[in-house]
Amino acid sequence: MSTGILRVWQRNLDVYRQNWKISFMPPLLEPLLYLAAFGIGLSGLIGEVAYGDGRISYLAFIAPALLAINIMNNAFFENTYASFVRMYYQKTFDAMMATPLSVEEIITGEIVWGATKSVIATAIMMVILTFFDLIHYPTGLLLIPLAFCGGFAFGSIGMYFTGIVSHIELFNLPFFLFITPMFLFSGTFFPLEGMPPWAQMLATALPLTHLVDLTRGLCYGSFAKSFPLALGYLLLFSLVFYPLALTKMRRRLIK
Amino acid sequence: MLEPIVEALQLRKTYGQLVAVDDVSFTIAKGECFGILGPNGAGKTTTIRMTYGFSPLTAGSLRVFGLDVSRHARVIKARIGVCQQDNTLDPDLTIFQNLTVFARYFNIPKPLASRKADELLRFMSLDHRSHSRALELSGGMVRRIVLARALINQPELLILDEPTTGLDPQSRHQVWERLDNLRRQGMSILLTTHYMEEASRLCDRIIIMDQGRILVQGKPSELIRDHIGKDVMEISSPAADLRTYIRLQKMSFEDLGDRILVYGNHDDHLYRYISNRFCPEGCVMRTATLEDVFLKLTGRGLRE
Repeated sequence: MSTGILRVWQRNLDVYRQNWKISFMPPLLEPLLYLAAFGIGLSGLIGEVAYGDGRISYLAFIAPALLAINIMNNAFFENTYASFVRMYYQKTFDAMMATPLSVEEIITGEIVWGATKSVIATAIMMVILTFFDLIHYPTGLLLIPLAFCGGFAFGSIGMYFTGIVSHIELFNLPFFLFITPMFLFSGTFFPLEGMPPWAQMLATALPLTHLVDLTRGLCYGSFAKSFPLALGYLLLFSLVFYPLALTKMRRRLIK
Repeated sequence: MLEPIVEALQLRKTYGQLVAVDDVSFTIAKGECFGILGPNGAGKTTTIRMTYGFSPLTAGSLRVFGLDVSRHARVIKARIGVCQQDNTLDPDLTIFQNLTVFARYFNIPKPLASRKADELLRFMSLDHRSHSRALELSGGMVRRIVLARALINQPELLILDEPTTGLDPQSRHQVWERLDNLRRQGMSILLTTHYMEEASRLCDRIIIMDQGRILVQGKPSELIRDHIGKDVMEISSPAADLRTYIRLQKMSFEDLGDRILVYGNHDDHLYRYISNRFCPEGCVMRTATLEDVFLKLTGRGLRE
């Protein structure tokens, strides 16, 4: 089982390495753009934000959220659009299935690759954020394994959608109904504490809220009480959606 | 008799109400080239997909190398080479990488994989294109690369699903030459095709399928002899008295309206007689082919 997963992962890495000059640009540029727009632009308007018992700059408030969003986006995009193209248009999975690889290994390899994309993006972004002194070390190093956990959860959700959509255009739905609301309402750009209770409840159900919680803690070097719960919630999404993705893809690929 | 490479017993595959394959049994001996023929939708691809573990069986039993496909898919897949009908070359990789990355799926060590890839690309006369991408190549080249890729694990059985569909005559002959070569080396081959010429040329034995079932099974030459005879007389714009004559003589024939095909083992005498008496414009006598058998058995209606 394990070498098969590695083989699928290596295939994707080989392709990534050919295009690395393009592939590593977005995670490098995106945070810079966000930091410029929100951090510098909005900072003047907003000033400081209440966090825990103290107050922090708006820049420090959104920087970890940008990390979390990047983790989510990279894995989710990879295991929706990119995996779908490989499966549907390039018939890459069909070719793999004529080798000793099993469907489970192919799909797991894809999800692990999606999580790897999250890790790569996180590492690149960390370089930028460290340069602005926005990450506390050594706790900040734990962002790397966290990126993998978060990437695996969001990748599994993405792969589940890949298993059920009939056409690539349909990915607009999960992006519009799931990813975009999370991007905006997971305590990313404004603290949840100021929101009405029902909105806070809703936000708590979103997995990104918990990932943001974790990246904030690690960036600030403070482990909050909610840590195990947040990590558990992400794990729960993996435990539910990873087997679901396998089931759906098995049904889709084995005719 | 040696243990057969493939042993299929009463295979059945249904998709909901649709019966794709029904009661299909055959065996393939070592070193044999075995062909599955049939019109579109006959169940050829489904049958072949079952043999490499891509489609689970609804009923029946299927053993490859003496192993049950439903239980030993991984072991079996490690020992076979598959050319699927669709182009499944990886467009993200070069031709050379296509072969070496594929070799890695079989856990073939890198130095050996590179050597094998070089060797196979040479065998397919494509060593000059090893750094091209699949999208830059012609259909014939792509098919040869898919074939090369299927050979990377030195398979004991090669499975080809319509290996020359969509190729121009030159490319088709290129592929046939390679397959001939492999046959001479003792490779066991299972292929599907709807080109009768291909089946006649390559296959030791064939089955003709239609609507999921086997119609006939045997050597191409025997099938022609048993179902058609030695030759076919083709008479265009037949007159009514010819029809009467053929019927009275109890000849085996097919009436297509504007054309009549008379099957059998005719001598020149009869041919000359018919040709002089019934068709002043002349008629044609030609050697019977597998295509005659195929069309006689599966009918001439379109399958769409």
